[in-house]
Amino acid sequence: MTSAGTRSRRLARFTTGSLTLAASAIVAACATSSSGSMSSAPGTWSGVVAPTPLPPMATAASTTDPRVGLKAGLTDAGSAISGLRLVSHVSKPAMLTGEGGARGLTFANSDLAFRGNLVFQGNFSGFQIWDISNPASPALKKAVVCATGQGDPSIYGNLLFLSSESTGNRTDCGTQGIQDRVSMDRMVGVRIYDISDINNPRKVADIQTCRGSHTHTLVPDPNDPGVVYVYVSGSAGVRSGEELAGCVDAPIDSANTSRFRVEVIKVPLAHPEQAQIVNYARIFSDLEAPHAHGAAPSDEPPRQRPAGAAQRPRGGPNQCHDITVYPAIGLAGGACGGYGLLIDIKDPVNPKRLQAVGDTNFAFWHSATFNNDGTKVLFTDEWGGGTLPKCRADDPIDWGGDAIFTLTNDHLTQRAYFKMPAAQTKTENCVAHNGSLIPIPGRDIMVQGWYQGGLDVIDFTDPNHPYEVAYFDRGPVDANSLVTAGYWAGYWYNGHIIGSEIARGLDIFELVPNRYLSQNEIDAAKLVHLDQFNPQSQPKITWPAAFPVVRSYLDQLVRGNGLAAARTSAIATQLNAAEALSGGARRDALNTIATQLDADANGAADAARVRKMAGAVRDLANASM
Amino acid sequence: MTHPRVFSTFAAALLLGGCAAPRTPAQTAPTRTAQAPAATTKPQARVGYTEADVEFMQGMIGHHAQAIVMAKMCPSHGASAQLRVFCDKVIRSQRDEIDMMQTWLRDHGEAVPDPDDPHAMHMMHMSMAEHAKMDSTMKMDSTMHMDMSSHDMLMPGMLTSEQLAELDRARGTEFDRLFLTYMIRHHEGALTMVAKLFDTPGAGQTPEIFGYATSVDADQRAEIDRMQRMLTTITGRTPQ
Repeated sequence: MTSAGTRSRRLARFTTGSLTLAASAIVAACATSSSGSMSSAPGTWSGVVAPTPLPPMATAASTTDPRVGLKAGLTDAGSAISGLRLVSHVSKPAMLTGEGGARGLTFANSDLAFRGNLVFQGNFSGFQIWDISNPASPALKKAVVCATGQGDPSIYGNLLFLSSESTGNRTDCGTQGIQDRVSMDRMVGVRIYDISDINNPRKVADIQTCRGSHTHTLVPDPNDPGVVYVYVSGSAGVRSGEELAGCVDAPIDSANTSRFRVEVIKVPLAHPEQAQIVNYARIFSDLEAPHAHGAAPSDEPPRQRPAGAAQRPRGGPNQCHDITVYPAIGLAGGACGGYGLLIDIKDPVNPKRLQAVGDTNFAFWHSATFNNDGTKVLFTDEWGGGTLPKCRADDPIDWGGDAIFTLTNDHLTQRAYFKMPAAQTKTENCVAHNGSLIPIPGRDIMVQGWYQGGLDVIDFTDPNHPYEVAYFDRGPVDANSLVTAGYWAGYWYNGHIIGSEIARGLDIFELVPNRYLSQNEIDAAKLVHLDQFNPQSQPKITWPAAFPVVRSYLDQLVRGNGLAAARTSAIATQLNAAEALSGGARRDALNTIATQLDADANGAADAARVRKMAGAVRDLANASM
Repeated sequence: MTHPRVFSTFAAALLLGGCAAPRTPAQTAPTRTAQAPAATTKPQARVGYTEADVEFMQGMIGHHAQAIVMAKMCPSHGASAQLRVFCDKVIRSQRDEIDMMQTWLRDHGEAVPDPDDPHAMHMMHMSMAEHAKMDSTMKMDSTMHMDMSSHDMLMPGMLTSEQLAELDRARGTEFDRLFLTYMIRHHEGALTMVAKLFDTPGAGQTPEIFGYATSVDADQRAEIDRMQRMLTTITGRTPQ
């Protein structure tokens, strides 16, 4: 465990200064600042991959970062950018903006889901569908008003799932709220739309749940392609049993309590109207509280309740906030209030808790992201609930950020923390929030939204030493009063980073190379294509056999001094020569390189990476026929 | 419509002003108390939210303010290292939440309790006539404290002035034990306030209130869990 006192993780700055863009000029200005130049200041990047030590880890938020002191404004805020290029910005459609603009949460944008060239963007008052066929100019296909109270979206083929939680939400999508204690008009749970006709989404089912749906997660049936399951996490109070039969607000030792469980909905894809709850998974049973700690960075794990010991009447998590499933390895990460859970989902109808971890530095376990190898989990702490400023200069760097865990034999072990390192103002809500992996071979890299703390691209390949690779940040919406805004999420999807901005709309970014990220690595990431993507249902990423993949490993060996410089430059030359060949000649040249790499691995500082590279070279050889 | 607002802010005032304990460093910071709100600041109709929403936010400001007073005692009262981290989190978290609640109330033209206002001390001396009037116009919830001897009326789970003084006298392990006992009860009171909000027809439906109230519920349950664990370590008993 890294001790907080020994760390220092301020990034060496090599970025441009802040840019102040007039609202009308945002897109145009992006188009002209396409160099992404790492100009000025210490550590100007030469454009050539070179040995680069990891930047130190921060011990406190930086007050000298280019992201500090940005001009406030809803549409004309100043911004700072590094390692990214803003490709486009679109504002919310008027029908999801509300009178008077962006204040409050009523029209807040929320999470994203993706299919083909479409982006599904949730909103507290409904949802939007964007066509990003031309990323420089996203086009609104459809906006629907139907109050959600968060509106977490997922897409599966032609079915769109929307979380509904606020108690005033109605089956008829009316905006008048509900005044009665018991009402058959209330709709909290998961709404299912058929979007076969994008211009005319048709609601086909309302799956009512006792505590609504704050978030939900899709889990495909491993055996039946005609079925998908939905794990529902709801944080509302328990509804009256008169309103929805079976709802009971009771302690954990009550067999029928509507708390302390995850609802599992089974959706027959051909008949979504027949979707129904098929299990109430009691993944919180027999859970003791985690040990607390003093000033140390992490806690001992929670205990299993001794057999026969009394259940405590109150306390402990009674619901997850969000569950991220990784079906390829049969596991899920549950972020469940006071705990992070590791869950076995091999039988998706019957998820089972494998482990619970606790950490008193964490106020609220919010979400989880696996690395692609399934050897790490990054949990986020949404300290303050997302509407409060938790990234000020005096806010602890270990609170309200990410905690990285290694995952070995179905067991989580806590490693380092990461928090967006630039001090934000008291009028910027800021804390760790949603993100996804960027598919760069050989590294664990993730993009993540930090609300008004901006977007951050981080590397957590070394679980004890995460660091920042790129960022974008705007100034606060309002310099004098906190207006909830910023990035709900940033996700990588088929070559771009898509950011959902709560108050401002949708932003699309491209990565640009810097000393921590090469053009080859970006090109390799762009080779990965998904037909659809729900970030909380993580796909296993595979890369095609390609030169950018091979060269990504080579760049990493150079950057990290993983192999002697004489060898890496010789291999680079050989790769260029091989690429100039074709057919059998290319294959033979590549196989020669692979054989040499096998030998290089012995004695290399990063033997594992050399071997991975050898494998990628062989794949490329085999593809060169 | 205005009485409940008077009530909740009045409670907010008393929780601090009512503390009869000797002054200590822990109490010097936010011991200034809430300002009496002008009861007539909201002539226009409320759009999209309800009286219960306003009461919840106003009441929670006072509730949080007392939690901060308690937590600020930790460093000077010999609290364990574990508990000090917890107290630091309570102070930082609830201070920001008070700011947020004040902003929401201000943005909606509602009376804004100010836990730092020195004039609010006068609320302690509210006349018995005013007191009686309040009694007759307000529904007292059984979970709310009423201590007629000091005219305190407190939100659920809040400490009386005597209990606050008792906590202020405690040191070391005894402080830990008493703090955790009282703060668990205090947090459970917040859960009661959330439950009461959502039990009120039409209340808690505006996204800000819904989101905040549900996060109070989730956060404070997690903290209760931690406090029970710490208390078990001290007492060697599993809390029931």
